[in-house]
Amino acid sequence: MMLLLTNIETLTPALKKFTFTAPDAAPLPHAGAGVHVVVEIPGPSRKWKNAYSLVSSPESTASYQIIVRRVEKSRGGSAWLHDHAKQGDLLEVGMPQNLFAPPRRAPRHLLLSAGIGLTPFLSYMHVPGLAFELHHCCKVEDAGAFRALLPQAGNITLHTSRATLDLHALLSRQKLDTHISICGPEAFMDFVLATAAQLGWPAAKIHKESFGGATGGKPFVAHLRRSNLTLNVGEEESLLDAMEAAGLNPPCLCRGGACGECKVALLEGVADHHDHFLSPAERAANNAIMICVSRAQTPELVLDF
Amino acid sequence: MDLNIKPAETYRGDYTFRNSGDAILRFPFPFPDDNYMYSVNIEPHVRGGETVAFQATFDLDEHYVGDMADRAITLADDPLRCQVLPHMAEAEWDTLELLMESLAHDYPQHFSLTKTGDEWHWVNRPLNIDQHFTFGKAETLPYGPFEYITRQVQGDFSLQDQRENMLYMDGGMVTSQADWSLNFDVGMSFTEWHGPVPLAHEMGVFDRALQYLLRLQLGKPVRRLNWTLTANPRLDTSPENYPAWGPEKASITAENVGERLCLRVELQTLTRLPRSNAILFGIRGYLIRLEELARVRKWAVRMHRVIRNLNPQIAEYKGMTRYRQFIIDYLAPFDDGRVLNQGIAAEQSSL
Repeated sequence: MMLLLTNIETLTPALKKFTFTAPDAAPLPHAGAGVHVVVEIPGPSRKWKNAYSLVSSPESTASYQIIVRRVEKSRGGSAWLHDHAKQGDLLEVGMPQNLFAPPRRAPRHLLLSAGIGLTPFLSYMHVPGLAFELHHCCKVEDAGAFRALLPQAGNITLHTSRATLDLHALLSRQKLDTHISICGPEAFMDFVLATAAQLGWPAAKIHKESFGGATGGKPFVAHLRRSNLTLNVGEEESLLDAMEAAGLNPPCLCRGGACGECKVALLEGVADHHDHFLSPAERAANNAIMICVSRAQTPELVLDF
Repeated sequence: MDLNIKPAETYRGDYTFRNSGDAILRFPFPFPDDNYMYSVNIEPHVRGGETVAFQATFDLDEHYVGDMADRAITLADDPLRCQVLPHMAEAEWDTLELLMESLAHDYPQHFSLTKTGDEWHWVNRPLNIDQHFTFGKAETLPYGPFEYITRQVQGDFSLQDQRENMLYMDGGMVTSQADWSLNFDVGMSFTEWHGPVPLAHEMGVFDRALQYLLRLQLGKPVRRLNWTLTANPRLDTSPENYPAWGPEKASITAENVGERLCLRVELQTLTRLPRSNAILFGIRGYLIRLEELARVRKWAVRMHRVIRNLNPQIAEYKGMTRYRQFIIDYLAPFDDGRVLNQGIAAEQSSL
């Protein structure tokens, strides 16, 4: 759907909040806690499609809000939104999709985020009756902006240093029925997962979301056998980006290696997997690749597409 | 959409249920080919297609009032036919909103919904209901929101929670089922509740269907048709009440098969719910007596071939072993060997 950019708020030099409404001010579809939308961003030479968590309340159908961090070595989308987007722009925004819904059966939720990973939890806080404890880690210079986004409450703690978040102690004192949700940079999530594993935390009691993982990397060549096309995948773009730029329309949903929708059969070459979908056994079989985030260990790949 | 509702007929005892000519022609006949086998026969639930039943988001027909009366009888006898687990509260309100909006949109002459913020006003004219309530406040409704609205919509419903890469049946309103029990299945995973189905597991049908449904998107509902056979037009063919209807299967004879045996078709719809991220599974059942169905020549011929060619394990699972030959013999005279077009359309506009 084409939405109108009605407000841009600068939170920090690297963080901006964007508000979208329908051009005719019609109600937007409800969007529950944890949803994301894919925003199509027009670049000078190509279009980007980036996924952003909605931070607005699920009951808000008047507008959608996203917070965008300007990525230093940006693929381009976040830089365009920060530098070129202006009030009154019309942008294509996909229907809300949810790959990170809070597991509602859990009586208690421990929400752990770092940096821009706070965004899905801003919508979690609107779920009626959700009993949660939130710990958010950020840089010192961003603390003011994040504090302003969060209600003042005893169950919400902001950390500006790893030293003040004693994860081992925090996880150890949780009750058995607590569920952990994590969102943030890979290194942060790996740290939480490793600490939880060390304490014997069951895998089913943790879930995570990651967007904007490593889509760039060494360039490689992809041969699409059925389409009879050869694509050069550059270091700043994903295989999915390159296929879309070539006019193809491969199925995809989250663009973050989580949902499994974009799985393509791999015929030759060795994949460099960055997704969260394929099991270790599937990776070892080397016969499938998630084209939104994964790349190549060999100079060339041959895909059944 | 046009909807002429009949006074209530009965689905038990004297079984006064009959289909009018219009109802026969709009019946969602489930067999596009002369042979039937399990498949992932899922398609987008968009308006249009080969049967009028696909024209509405939630299809109602002339039997609306009778269906709802029968549901009320069943619930009075066994309240556990409607259960929703406590963590599904948001899914209950999602369901209420979706069903009210759909009915008011598709049948404005019978239903209306007015929203002033969270203060809602719902009018259901066929059932003489005029209800003011506060959205999100269950105490302002006479039943829980899911039970309240599913007492007013034809077809069974179940609520699937999605977590840990699996769907769990964590709620439902099930009073017209083809011999399965919500009270037994509630809380089960997708794999568990499909456990009894033969062949399809080995074919990988359920694995593929699950992967598909886990990615079901908001605003893009899907549908499929499923079918079985029922002795007499009875909605409540539940395991709990088997003593009431099981013996009726034994009453089917070569002489009465046309009148008593019914094809039972389920128009199944799957819709992603926005707040809860749960999936609403609608199981809209349609009954048609064999003699009614045989008034559409294409359907009589095709049904003859499907039942004649059916895999014995599927015939056993669908419980027709006892009267399968009666059906074949009843329909055989209609089948002159003609070649039938693919598809489920009746291909005739009157009877």
